[in-house]
Amino acid sequence: MNAMTLSRASAWPRRVQRALLILIAIAFMLVFLLLPLAVVFTEALSRGVQTFLAAITQYGALSSIRLTLLVAAMVVPLNVVFGVAASWAMARFAFRGKALLGALIDLPFAVSPVIAGLIYVLLFGAQGWFGPWLAAHGIHVIFAVPGLVLASVFVTLPFVARELIPLMQAQGSEDEEAARVLGANGWQTFFRVTLPNIRWALLYGVLLCNARAMGEFGAVSVVSGHIRGLTTTMPLEVEMRYNEYHYAGAFAVASLLALLALLTLAVKTLLEWRYRGELAAHAPGGR
Amino acid sequence: MISAKRHRVLPGFGLSVGYTLAFLGLIVLLPLAALAWKASGIGVVGLLHLLAAPRTQAALKLSFGGALAASLVNAAFGLLVAWVLVRYRFPGRRLLDALVDLPFALPTAVAGIALTALYAPNGWLGHALEAMGMRVAYTQLGVGIAMVFVGFPFVVRTLQPVLESMDRDMEEAAESLGARRSQTFARVILPVLVPALLTGFALALARAVGEYGSVIFIAGNMPMRTEIAPLLIVQKLEQFDYAGAAALGVVMLGFSFVLLIALSLLQRWSRRWAESSP
Repeated sequence: MNAMTLSRASAWPRRVQRALLILIAIAFMLVFLLLPLAVVFTEALSRGVQTFLAAITQYGALSSIRLTLLVAAMVVPLNVVFGVAASWAMARFAFRGKALLGALIDLPFAVSPVIAGLIYVLLFGAQGWFGPWLAAHGIHVIFAVPGLVLASVFVTLPFVARELIPLMQAQGSEDEEAARVLGANGWQTFFRVTLPNIRWALLYGVLLCNARAMGEFGAVSVVSGHIRGLTTTMPLEVEMRYNEYHYAGAFAVASLLALLALLTLAVKTLLEWRYRGELAAHAPGGR
Repeated sequence: MISAKRHRVLPGFGLSVGYTLAFLGLIVLLPLAALAWKASGIGVVGLLHLLAAPRTQAALKLSFGGALAASLVNAAFGLLVAWVLVRYRFPGRRLLDALVDLPFALPTAVAGIALTALYAPNGWLGHALEAMGMRVAYTQLGVGIAMVFVGFPFVVRTLQPVLESMDRDMEEAAESLGARRSQTFARVILPVLVPALLTGFALALARAVGEYGSVIFIAGNMPMRTEIAPLLIVQKLEQFDYAGAAALGVVMLGFSFVLLIALSLLQRWSRRWAESSP
């Protein structure tokens, strides 16, 4: 009897405590995460749908959308090939310096985006290592599309590799070895055995890589030169409009990027629910 | 190399390692070498002069101090959110869980102008805070809030798997032995979480120190007061002070390296920790 009243008495505060913790967590995330997202859409539509549509079909907007798609279309395949090669090397072979190689692959995540842009300016800019040679041959890297691609490749380099390496390490190489013994050549083994085993993790990596490539700001801002219609990707167009006090226009383009972020999150969550076993347990990736 | 050759059943060693090294060399190592070379151009005296400049010191102090404060906030609230998401079941939990990654997915420039609009004196939150006599936009507090935003997912995402795999027998044992809830948390749960908490903290810190896009809009960028270090690099570049920009870049990169080393030590520690715990 005594014990029962005691456990009841302590059960009450525990439920209150639980509810309180849940409330604080929800409140924190509402204020710090959801409100900024909501602001983007309300500001974009604050002057009406007509203004919104006009803002995203303007010259600067359309060319920035085209450039963003173009850059992502070059960056993602480059990093897919790199990620597959790196994970094959890291997960299938033992060699000296492997830990160092792994650290190098992760390095771009720890570097400020501004530095990611800066290093290419120092390499290809007017005062850079290859600057004079490039200028003499009429090749433009900095303040041109190649610079945007290079800076974006740098910041998104780890995404695909980071998804694939832990997964391929966990899966082991028995399947591939069996295929080899049964007479498959190297490429057959890769395309018919390895690729089906890693397809969802690869898609996951591509998704994150693409989101970052399309949304990158700091690194491309340094190498872009902000030439409207030529070197402004969507995030740069957002910045330029904002600095020109064209707020509704800035938020209109920003809302497209926010939609891309929401779509990325939705597909990512879906992949995690459906194919959890086929994705690697990994450290939180980020930018 | 030799040992790899001996038990190599699968092909592609040379191709995959060669391509990985070549790509990393071109994209990462060569540009970083250019950075080091340019930075060395200003010499030791030049570097000391640069670091001693009041404006540099103010920017570095804000970048590191702000990131430290923001990461502490994130460690506390990240722990709370991870705990709630793993331990409790309530409607909307999965949505909340998916929302954690928003700062990873939302482009930084978008986050930057959204936070500014939110905390500006005429914004939703800025308006209310102004009435209470608090200013966020264009102050150091605003810089900190943007840093909280970008670093938040790191702590939650490093803690979640540890919390999920945590053995609850110990907690129940502690409670059946008469420990109060707070005692169980402090003496049984928290010690197991420490390595992951520190890892998340360090990741959030690394991110916040180098953050640019989401900070520069809300900061207002007033020299000596709300200028962050990455912005100083951009300004030096715009003034064609390549050596100065490179030197500042090397200073920030050095900090990143120290954090990376600390992180790998942390990971080794937490692995040993996981193995030694029953």
